[in-house]
Amino acid sequence: MSSFIEIVYFAAAVIFILGLKKMSSPVTARSGIVWAGYAMVAATAVTFFSPAVYSHGFLNLLLIVIAIGIGSYLAYKSAKSVEMTDMPQMIAIYNGMGGGAAGAIAAVELVRFADGHDIGGGTVQLLAVLGALIGAIAFSGSAVAYAKLQGLMNKTLRLPSHQALNIALFAVTLLFGAVLAFSGEVSGFTIFLFFLCALALGIMVTLPIGGADMPVVISLFNALTGLAVAFEGYVLGNAAMIIAGTVVGSSGTLLTQLMAKAMNRPISNILFSSFGSDGGAPEEEDIAGTMKEIEASDAAVTMAYAEKVIIVPGYGMAVAQAQHKLAELVQLLEDRGVTVKFAIHPVAGRMPGHMNVLLAEAGIDYDKIYDLDEINPEFPTADVALVIGANDVVNPVARTNPDSPIYGMPILDADKAKNCIVIKRGKGSGFSGIENHLFYADNTRMLYGDAQKAIGELIAGVKQL
Amino acid sequence: MIEGFTALYIFMLAAFTGYEVISRVPVILHTPLMSGSNFIHGIVLVGAMVSLGHAETGLQMLIGFVAVILAAGNAVGGYVATERMLEMFDRSKSKGGV
Repeated sequence: MSSFIEIVYFAAAVIFILGLKKMSSPVTARSGIVWAGYAMVAATAVTFFSPAVYSHGFLNLLLIVIAIGIGSYLAYKSAKSVEMTDMPQMIAIYNGMGGGAAGAIAAVELVRFADGHDIGGGTVQLLAVLGALIGAIAFSGSAVAYAKLQGLMNKTLRLPSHQALNIALFAVTLLFGAVLAFSGEVSGFTIFLFFLCALALGIMVTLPIGGADMPVVISLFNALTGLAVAFEGYVLGNAAMIIAGTVVGSSGTLLTQLMAKAMNRPISNILFSSFGSDGGAPEEEDIAGTMKEIEASDAAVTMAYAEKVIIVPGYGMAVAQAQHKLAELVQLLEDRGVTVKFAIHPVAGRMPGHMNVLLAEAGIDYDKIYDLDEINPEFPTADVALVIGANDVVNPVARTNPDSPIYGMPILDADKAKNCIVIKRGKGSGFSGIENHLFYADNTRMLYGDAQKAIGELIAGVKQL
Repeated sequence: MIEGFTALYIFMLAAFTGYEVISRVPVILHTPLMSGSNFIHGIVLVGAMVSLGHAETGLQMLIGFVAVILAAGNAVGGYVATERMLEMFDRSKSKGGV
């Protein structure tokens, strides 16, 4: 039986890797996750036949079934009902749960060790502690990320000498960790203090990070959870956990790097400084021109008689759930012979690919969707650039003003289009708190209002022609 | 139990594999892919089951119980979220496209 279990674990590990591979192409992505799902079910099922699970009594087995039932039910309900726009924070939550589970596994093993069990020697002890540290940080950090993206915690919180406090907390956590990892006898109280510190550390590290950087942070926590799972896999002698955890750890690290690169911000900057939340108000500089408003009907005419329209969606579109209306507008324009393309900034929305998911939800063909590098040369030939609830990703100061915190970040050159129409809820600045010079440009017109409502008016306007 | 160095080799090879496997992913799949890899570390469920399975005292059982709930949430939530996102990329099912 035990070699049968090993075979299933092995097969699961292979399928996870293949599934991940499939998930990196749009055509095969769906089958990738379904395969991985089957592998997960199989691995879970055979674990019931593992001696470690069934040989310790009926109560343990019953508790396992109940716990799987509770966890699955809650996660299934929430994942089925959540709006697509809220997906990023749900990913954060599920990821945090994985980190918490890894931490809890370590806790059980450490408590067993404290109770006098042999858990496998010094290396096991050390990796259990490391996995616990990483898992606990991913758990509490993801919870903060969730709270921020969900709008439960809007402000970036920065205590006085936050950085020094974090370092001190980290040192204390490491100290407790070292005691747990290297001594022959540990007490339950030390374990408790260690976890308390590690959880607090996760919160403290994430608190000062602004919402705009959250995607990168969630991706980083995802990679960390993978690593924690791999370490706990070693503790439990489970190769499937080691392989799956490590693969997620390394692919997650790569993904994090790709995201950070797209924002032109080194990961260390995101974690240890925080832009838009330094407390300093963005320097008041003279901006030539004023914001010029436009009526929806006029904007509709401009677009209806254009040859080429490039649409730049941003978080505002996601918040307003405007993607379906937008698809309708695109259909109308195309019926009139207008070429419509979508320009997606790598970090538009709250997560790379977030916009693509929403547009796909609305049934917009992904052949119309272009990356930054592909679309930027096309802006000068576009008659209209329609910016919907995007701000920092189209701010030209990233090209022109070396003093700006976002200087050097690749942006979409919406300002180079012949006309630029910006749908925006109000006159405030973007997530980074930086004034957007695009809004003051001569060829820019502002269409104020909720994106869904504004696009509805545009549709009505185009229909009247 | 897996020997120390064997584990190290597994770790090293798996790390390269993870890096290579997604190195050519298009930007449009970044979020689903993150969600998918989030699901894959849901394999932690297997470990949580073992932890709760061999728990003996009340405290161990309590922590193990929490571990299994969290791990099951990770696996199921990760799967459903990823599946819902990827469903939209399924051409045959898209509403005719625009």
